[in-house]
Amino acid sequence: MEIPYTVKPRPDTGLYNAKLGIWLFLASEVMLFGGLFSAYILLRVSSDLWPHGMVSIPVGTFNTFVLIASSVTVVMSWASLKLGKLSAFKGYMAATIVCALGFLGVKSFEYYAKFTHYDVWFKDEATAKKYFTAAYGEKGEEATRKLFVERFHLHNTKATYDANQIQLTGHLFGNPMFATLKKLTSAKQETIQFTPDAPFGTHDHPKAIEVKLSDVQRLSAYVPAHSTYFAIYFTITALHGLHVLGGAIVLAYFLFTADHWWKKSPEQMANRVEVGGLFWHFVDLVWIFLFPIIYLL
Amino acid sequence: MQATKTTHTEPAHSHEHHDPGFLRSYVFSTDHKVIGIQYGFTALAFLFFGFLLMICMRWQMAKPGEAMPIVGKLLESLLGEVAKGGIISPDLYNAFGAMHGTIMVFLAIVPLAFAAFGNYVVPLQIGAVDMAFPRLNMVSYQCFAVGGVIMFVSFFIPGGAAQAGWTSYSPLATVIPTQGQTFWILGMVFLITSSLLGAVNFIATVIQLRAPGMTWMRLPFFTWVQFVTAFILLLAFPPLEAASVLQLMDKVFGSSFFLPTGLVISGKPYDISGGGSPLLWQHLFWFLGHPEVYVLILPAMGVVAEVIACNTRKPLWGYKSLVYSVLAVGFISFIVWAHHMYLTGMGTKISTFFQTTTMIISIPSVIILTCLFMSLWGGSIRFNTPMLFALAFLPMFGIGGLTGLPLGFNFSDLHLHDSYYVIAHFHYVVAPGTIFALFAGVYFWYPKMTGRYMSETLGKIHFWGSLIAMNLVFMPMFFQGLYGMSRRMSDGGATYALANPANEGVVTALTQTVMKLNVFVTHAAFLLLIAQIPFIINVFMSMFNGKKVENDNPWDATTLDWQTPTPPPHGNFTKEIIVYRGPYEYSVPGHPTDFTPQNMPDPKPAK
Repeated sequence: MEIPYTVKPRPDTGLYNAKLGIWLFLASEVMLFGGLFSAYILLRVSSDLWPHGMVSIPVGTFNTFVLIASSVTVVMSWASLKLGKLSAFKGYMAATIVCALGFLGVKSFEYYAKFTHYDVWFKDEATAKKYFTAAYGEKGEEATRKLFVERFHLHNTKATYDANQIQLTGHLFGNPMFATLKKLTSAKQETIQFTPDAPFGTHDHPKAIEVKLSDVQRLSAYVPAHSTYFAIYFTITALHGLHVLGGAIVLAYFLFTADHWWKKSPEQMANRVEVGGLFWHFVDLVWIFLFPIIYLL
Repeated sequence: MQATKTTHTEPAHSHEHHDPGFLRSYVFSTDHKVIGIQYGFTALAFLFFGFLLMICMRWQMAKPGEAMPIVGKLLESLLGEVAKGGIISPDLYNAFGAMHGTIMVFLAIVPLAFAAFGNYVVPLQIGAVDMAFPRLNMVSYQCFAVGGVIMFVSFFIPGGAAQAGWTSYSPLATVIPTQGQTFWILGMVFLITSSLLGAVNFIATVIQLRAPGMTWMRLPFFTWVQFVTAFILLLAFPPLEAASVLQLMDKVFGSSFFLPTGLVISGKPYDISGGGSPLLWQHLFWFLGHPEVYVLILPAMGVVAEVIACNTRKPLWGYKSLVYSVLAVGFISFIVWAHHMYLTGMGTKISTFFQTTTMIISIPSVIILTCLFMSLWGGSIRFNTPMLFALAFLPMFGIGGLTGLPLGFNFSDLHLHDSYYVIAHFHYVVAPGTIFALFAGVYFWYPKMTGRYMSETLGKIHFWGSLIAMNLVFMPMFFQGLYGMSRRMSDGGATYALANPANEGVVTALTQTVMKLNVFVTHAAFLLLIAQIPFIINVFMSMFNGKKVENDNPWDATTLDWQTPTPPPHGNFTKEIIVYRGPYEYSVPGHPTDFTPQNMPDPKPAK
């Protein structure tokens, strides 16, 4: 028993089975990410405040170029196979995988920075103002408000915000990940050492201040539970990251079994690389949409 | 089934391959027929399990607060506190309700209608040796099995299974403090993955592996519906996967995708960031949920079409109209979803749009049903068991479909929404509709799968018992719903009954007539349970002592699935298949027999 068109294309469709299969799979992937992007749009348009500049544009741009480069190299690896150059294939494929790992490395660095970065909201306005002054000196409230306005792009609105809606942003002593008010209080901690972020437009971190946990209403690292923005950011980028990882594993498998397949069936090997490459382009394309909506808009 | 296959097959064809061993043959098989049968048995088991959950719920509705005889003790020992004293607590009722829906839709009907029949029949009907991706097919079944196990295990975890209905609306689904919902989501992710792999495989198979001469308009109608169903699964399921991921994030990582600002649970502010949208879940869910309805019904129509064409001994009436209608249903099914959400306050303009598309989709559905009815006209009908079930499908689905129209209209849905009318409507579509069609399919293809007929006597008892009991179960629900009885009430509405002293003088309280119907329906449900016993006996007994088929084509059918050895060997066909004609050439004048198989060449013209 032999299943037809596993290697050679069927004349009337012009496709071999796996190529049609991967296109269908990609159609379902479009719907998967389409659902998530729709969720992003709906959450964003129905939110009162949506932050900007929470992620670094240069880092994101770098990663974008890394992925685009990997898309080029994966095509080159396939073309090398078609030209019969096995060693060139190996080189390009290795470059692709290095790009993938580079992308994931940068991404995990970004994640780590978020997991250790905190916002603190205070119980009432008076308490909040007290800590703003402690953090940024006499004009503390203004400095905090400035950071708030810049984060949410509120220049053109005349709306005023209570001081206790405004959060103090910074790092905890010892850079712990995922701390929450609940975890800290149940660890019998009464105060925390909090290093506030630099005022807007500068890079000078103020000195650490002591914050009483009894004054705190909410404390959250930049994790999905922090806000809808971070929830959707982490969900989509993590799902995309899993796709990058999965794709890289498959491509690495092609690389490490190259000699075996080259002897067995060069044509089928080229097909496999083509199908893997199509998936890789899709993963790249998702990022091309993700980059603007997460980093730029 | 496989074991009997080998013992009872004529030792005609020699084994070319060496025996691959038990595990490779029956558990990790890549043969589409074995996988189809695996899906079939698993799905039938889940169908029965889902049915038993319903029996427990019906008992509770008829006799609220009373211990269940016999089963109550068992439930208490298995599930503990929630079934204390053998009484099904409201929590357990909710879990059974949610899991009844989930199991019936995702673990019983879809796998049976699409995966089991599709896997077994589609490659045979198009003259293919197997599916395009046999190993993917195996993985698809394994994902399904894992999903089923997760769902099943969730009954036994602390707190029990998911309780927020099969639709799992947030915030309710998220804030219930037990982990049943997490299991539900994980189970769904596996089931969705399984469906996606299956859908890719089906589409690729139909496009790539059709035998020479099998043009699109020569495809049997059953293959067409499976093809369209596969597209629906491929494109409608991923948004639910996205929604499941988001709900999992809410449940496990404390995000607020579906949780609004200012959410208060049991009088306490819920500790979340807020800012999410409960409506978003409903949109994502129903974007799958409505096309899913067509996943449930289209394969059933395909089975009925095959059975009717064969047993009327004449071509299907309006083959092309059927095909184009199915394609139309497939497309339009993607833009009707929000008719489930008229009462959410999403706005009258959106409601009007979805009301319009909902009315439009009824047109191709009616065309399909009409064509099937017209096909009976002038046929010489054989009233065997598969045909009886197929014939019963037509009016039953008709009732189910037509009672859906008042739900599709915004204004009448205001009254009917979330009432027992809805339950009656969609059960008429799926239970005496789809399930009857699937029974027809089992009786129809059983001789091909095993080489033996199922017993006609037991089959007819099964048919008449089921037909009567189904109607006794579901018809009263229309009236209960019209009287205003809500769904998902663990006491069957006793709290809102006129008999409850608290409701004295309340005009809208449920009358005793409505309440007594609960008891009546429960009796009918037990009757339905009894009516299934002959079927279960029949499936197992007939493997061993059913009447043997006289030849490979016992029903004298035209499509390619009957032009193979019985049961079909690995690789399906013993000779090369070339297709010369359309799928339903029955009673063609001038031909020696009243059926002309698709692979039979035209006789050479006389010199």
